[in-house]
Amino acid sequence: MNMLQAINNALDIAMAANPRVVLFGEDVGVFGGVFRATSHLQDKYGRERCFNTPLTEQGIIGFANGLAAQGSTPVAEIQFADYIFPAFDQIVNEAAKFRYRSGDLFDVGGLTIRTPYGGGIAGGLYHSQSPEAYFAHTPGLKIVMPRNPHQAKGLLLAAIRDPNPVLFMEPKRLYRASVGEVPEADYELPLGVADVIREGRDITLLGWGAQMEVIEKAAALAEQDGIDCEIIDLRSILPWDIETVCNSVLKTGRLVVSHEAPLTGGFASEIAATVQERCFLYLEAPIRRVTGLDTPFPLVLEKEHLPDELKIYEAIKQSLNY
Amino acid sequence: MTGDELCIPIFKRLRQDGTLYPDDTPQGQGNVSQGDKSQDASPIQRDPIERDTALKIYRTMLFTRVLDERMLAAQRQGRLSFYMQCTGEEATVIGSAAALQDDDMIMAQYREQGALAWRGFSCDEFMNQMFGNERDYGKGRQMPIHYGSRDLHYMTISSPLATQIPQATGYAYGQKLAGKGQCTITIFGEGAASEGDFHAALNMASVHRVPCIFLCRNNGYAISTPSCEQFAADGIAPRAFGYHMQSIRVDGNDVIAVYEATLAARKIAVETNQPILIEAMTYRLAAHSSSDDPSGYRSKKEEAIWRDKDPILRMRNWLEAQGWWSEEEEKATGDQLRREVLESMKRAEKLAPPALDTLISDVYDTPTPLLTQQLEDVKQHIRKYPHAYPKGAASMGFTAQELEVSRKAYQARQQRMQSHQPVDGGQTS
Repeated sequence: MNMLQAINNALDIAMAANPRVVLFGEDVGVFGGVFRATSHLQDKYGRERCFNTPLTEQGIIGFANGLAAQGSTPVAEIQFADYIFPAFDQIVNEAAKFRYRSGDLFDVGGLTIRTPYGGGIAGGLYHSQSPEAYFAHTPGLKIVMPRNPHQAKGLLLAAIRDPNPVLFMEPKRLYRASVGEVPEADYELPLGVADVIREGRDITLLGWGAQMEVIEKAAALAEQDGIDCEIIDLRSILPWDIETVCNSVLKTGRLVVSHEAPLTGGFASEIAATVQERCFLYLEAPIRRVTGLDTPFPLVLEKEHLPDELKIYEAIKQSLNY
Repeated sequence: MTGDELCIPIFKRLRQDGTLYPDDTPQGQGNVSQGDKSQDASPIQRDPIERDTALKIYRTMLFTRVLDERMLAAQRQGRLSFYMQCTGEEATVIGSAAALQDDDMIMAQYREQGALAWRGFSCDEFMNQMFGNERDYGKGRQMPIHYGSRDLHYMTISSPLATQIPQATGYAYGQKLAGKGQCTITIFGEGAASEGDFHAALNMASVHRVPCIFLCRNNGYAISTPSCEQFAADGIAPRAFGYHMQSIRVDGNDVIAVYEATLAARKIAVETNQPILIEAMTYRLAAHSSSDDPSGYRSKKEEAIWRDKDPILRMRNWLEAQGWWSEEEEKATGDQLRREVLESMKRAEKLAPPALDTLISDVYDTPTPLLTQQLEDVKQHIRKYPHAYPKGAASMGFTAQELEVSRKAYQARQQRMQSHQPVDGGQTS
């Protein structure tokens, strides 16, 4: 399966297993979504459970919050993560604080928000952004970003069933590009737990989502120089798996974090600060962050802007030679 | 075509003197196109609201007024951090709540305490929230007047304006899927109706045909902003037509008009899955909140005009004309309510604050390891300086005596610091 098929399959399984799962967003109905993630689901489950909404992001998430508070399990789609900002208020002030402010009288735990994110597709300013760090500053929210079809299915099923609101960010560059073995059966992967993709001795490389593919290429380059990289996919941005990351750095003594989003205020800052606090005596070199530039996301100079494998490879060597 | 000719009439039933308008007066005609009152026989012959319901509405209005007066005074005395009154709008919020079924969801803004009182929220429950004590359902996390009750189907209030309006659309959609014949009412001010969430909510409600009543309290002001600076058109009611939604404008100080309009709206919502917009014309007699002074933006004369239209007085006149209420009952009930509110306030003030552990509970369904660690860090810090965190220290079991020891140790340390200052000239830190 490719990633879209895995996501479609996960949604199908979730809807079949729980009649209260309801899908909606712009163009998700009969058309099946602009990326076809919800293909055939309206046919199968009816217009009441899979439908188009008017073109209003704040409306979609406001509606989803109400539906979740009522006890349903809404899976709302925001067409591009770049367009999630009109719903920022409903996500940050409402969804994330619903349980806390009511003393657990009410919650929107059933809510999942799916949204395609990330660059590398000539999407320019508004079809390329990676806004996870804006939301990572929001207690009450969970943020999940899968790297391949197997992860996407297992994490999405877990997100839909998690009793907390989850922002599920899908790397659209990999929607069709990433193909892999995906079990047909119903399975879940745990939220809040990082995945050590490859064990290594010399340095820890950390990322999430589409960036994992880039990090793996950089590790392959470094391997030719005899550098043994440990590669970790964070998978969950919030809450994030501090223990797995710190245990790795305690072992390797070096850390490179890479994400597509801009450097300043990016989630790598949070990771770097935490690792520095907890692994201070074990660090052999400064923690390196390899990220997008602090600019809006450009169109023509996209390749120059993005943290590709060569930029990461250079950071690995600098860390080793420090 | 311009909208200038579109001027929606106000549905009225009750004059200030307590007599009903004749049924054929033009302003007595609302424009809910189905289920309105026009075909009913002369309502003067029958009771628009039956006796027990009317008396319960009236007592709830009196309670709300007494609570508001007492709590504003408590805020002025510094016993309470913040307060917002419902004064002048009691008929709108209580009259509408009375027309609903008890398990219909109410999603309000913040000036609707009367609707919650109608549902049976006790005086103690109001007080526990305002004082944020250990019995507050919200665990002392939100500012006063942000009430909620799961048992009474009253969604917890939040400060961001209008966010509950699209949520009400979603909630009502869930009720439609559940098919149990319930509906949702969402109540908001005319200022909140300028938010984008209002537009999103009404449009989605119409497109997806949900059983939701949108009730706007048009009270003339959003804090200091008069409604002429809020919108240029004929208020909120006509906006419904642009969404293909039915709409009615009622006299919000007329409890019978509000009650009947809501009753009709509920019938339409539940039986046909069509949302309805009700605009209740009223006046915010009180300040916006305890942090506001309206004398800076409106005249006493204007307020006096509306004080003469007091919705409670109007209903009392009607009840007395029916022979259902008397001067003696008025006085006895007022005295009893004031006593009840005062005693309840004293009880709530004395209760302990929420336990320290509630700092991190309910952020998620279970605290994350990082949150658990942050709580442990706070506890360790409090152990060092318990006097500086009396609420947390009490929750951790520190005695008053231990706090005093801590305070004295800290004071002694500060005195040493001050006496040392001249030695280094205060230049080093």
